[in-house]
Amino acid sequence: MSAASALPRSGDRSDDVVAVRADGPPPVRRVRRNPVTWVRRGGLSTLVFALPVLVVFGVFSWWPIVRSVVMSFQKTNLVAPATWVGWDNFQYVLTDPDLPTAIRNTLYFALLALVIGFPIPLVAAVLMSSVKRLKGLYSVLAYLPVVVPPVVAVLLWKFFYDGSADGVFNTILGWVGLGPYAWLSSPTLAMPSLVVEATWAAAGGTVIIYLAALIGVPGELYDAAEVDGAGIWRKVWHVTMPQLRGVLFITFILQIIGTVQVFLEPYLFTGGGPANATLTILLMIYNYAFGRSLGGDYGAATALSVMLAAFLAILSLIYFKLTSSWSKS
Amino acid sequence: MTYPPSSEDVSGAVPQGAGRLAVGETLTAGGDAPSDLQNPVGAAVLASSVRGKKRKSSQLDGDRGFVSEQDWRRPSVNATMKTLHVILLVLLVVVGVGPMLLLAKFAITPTQDIIRTPLAIFPNGVRWANLTEAWNDVEISKYFLNTIWLALGSWFMQLLVATTGGFVLSVLRPKWAKIVNGLVIATLFVPSVVLLVPLYLTILDPPVLGTSLINNFFAVWLPAGASAFNVVLVARFFDSLPREVFEAAKVDGAGPFRLFWSVVLPMSKPILGVVSVFAFIASWKDFLWPMLVLKDPSKQPLSVRLPAIAAQTDLGVFLAALAISTLIPVLLFLVFQRLFLSGAGLGGAVKG
Repeated sequence: MSAASALPRSGDRSDDVVAVRADGPPPVRRVRRNPVTWVRRGGLSTLVFALPVLVVFGVFSWWPIVRSVVMSFQKTNLVAPATWVGWDNFQYVLTDPDLPTAIRNTLYFALLALVIGFPIPLVAAVLMSSVKRLKGLYSVLAYLPVVVPPVVAVLLWKFFYDGSADGVFNTILGWVGLGPYAWLSSPTLAMPSLVVEATWAAAGGTVIIYLAALIGVPGELYDAAEVDGAGIWRKVWHVTMPQLRGVLFITFILQIIGTVQVFLEPYLFTGGGPANATLTILLMIYNYAFGRSLGGDYGAATALSVMLAAFLAILSLIYFKLTSSWSKS
Repeated sequence: MTYPPSSEDVSGAVPQGAGRLAVGETLTAGGDAPSDLQNPVGAAVLASSVRGKKRKSSQLDGDRGFVSEQDWRRPSVNATMKTLHVILLVLLVVVGVGPMLLLAKFAITPTQDIIRTPLAIFPNGVRWANLTEAWNDVEISKYFLNTIWLALGSWFMQLLVATTGGFVLSVLRPKWAKIVNGLVIATLFVPSVVLLVPLYLTILDPPVLGTSLINNFFAVWLPAGASAFNVVLVARFFDSLPREVFEAAKVDGAGPFRLFWSVVLPMSKPILGVVSVFAFIASWKDFLWPMLVLKDPSKQPLSVRLPAIAAQTDLGVFLAALAISTLIPVLLFLVFQRLFLSGAGLGGAVKG
């Protein structure tokens, strides 16, 4: 940092000196404000380079973020000018009879995703780390579902979940005398079905994170555990797991932040049905703003998304506090 | 290269820099935990890359996992571990590749067979016409081109914003760079849901232009550029380049544009590769945003079009269309697998 900031400044000074000589003895500060010296010192070209970031982030990121907070306090239909309505949008959203259902479903999705999706990549990664030959093949196979476009994955799985006895999953389960199950059209099975697909689609990424972390576990710890007579199982439990604590927590928080924002699966698999069994918070936001029957209620949509964002911000904050206290110790 | 990097560190990372180490070192070079933990995504990458680096150094001392050489020599352990590995491999093949293989099979199976006996292997022969019908009659070719076009534009925007932005924040460093940097990083904290509605309204009525961008590819391209993760990643990489080279270039009379184009960019090929591949794949996967802003079916990419045609398309042809849409991302992954598996683009993966 210091070396870098010294670089342009050394150039600046010679410019200033020239400017001072030319203009006589005015205070240095006034010379610095001179547009000509500003251009000569590279101010203009710096601004040209900054233009893409400033314009793109300004128009498509910073302004929309501010605007979403503003809009959550407004009523707008895009024709008449927006009017301020105070907390009306929040009140409307919070008293929407669908909201408790959506929250419950979203939490249920997040919980199921943890129960199903958290142990599988961990076990797979720990086992994969002990593979000696063809390690690359294991990683490629594990990661392959992640690169399948999510829409394709959902549409393919929708076909797999066909409720008739000839559906792919029902055929397989039929071999062992189970089913047929209704899967997506069953209010109890619909959500678990979505979670299984979502886990299939995401687990590979988590496996790669764990593999990277496992490689970093110092070998000396295992040596020491062996001196104390620990077997493989105890080495995994008492050395590997504690060493993964940090990464496990990171993936835990990231997974919650991700699953709370689940949209694609409920939207494409079930559209929120059957009987609102898979209606999630994001689906509600989408329906407020763009849904066919309702739609156009941008105030309610932004109010709900601002509340969701606040919740996620609290999660991030907890995450930040905990990780920084760990890195201090 | 005109200006060979002089610092030993960087010469290791930059010119031969196959994504992995280069990215890892860049991110760790950025500073200690507190500043890097400012964003969850960056931290995840950081965590994995820090460890990745450790491996490099400890490999020389003989790195090891939880199964020691002695353990391996014990027949019971050896047999158990090998059995577990085989089981894992079988599971990975069935779960990871199985659905893809099924999809490939469906793509060339007559619809009646797919519906009646989905798991039988070609009971009544192969029907290649599924693929040609999908490509021509269902006009997958058109949506395929749209997808590629959208991905290329998004890639270009992301690269443009990330490299010029990284150049300002890391190399030129004007006084206000810190503010811009802070504002860019702050957007990492904001979940994309919050942007959905206001961004849509911005596209409906963009500033200055005076005309709606709905049904215009720019509606997808421009917002794609606002990726804070890319800017941070590229800026961190630029931070790791040796300052002496820039100084030498300046002494030789290179202005900022020359410095950017002939010095900084050529030295940054590894990170540009990482950003490029992930930008392309992310755009290929994108669904909700293109669906909102590209309402004209003839402008839509595959991801938006596929769910829409599902109901009125013959099942065999539809599954062939799905298979075609999967081909490019899977091929990209197989070609650039080291990039994906090194954890360099984890943030992108998480965000997408």
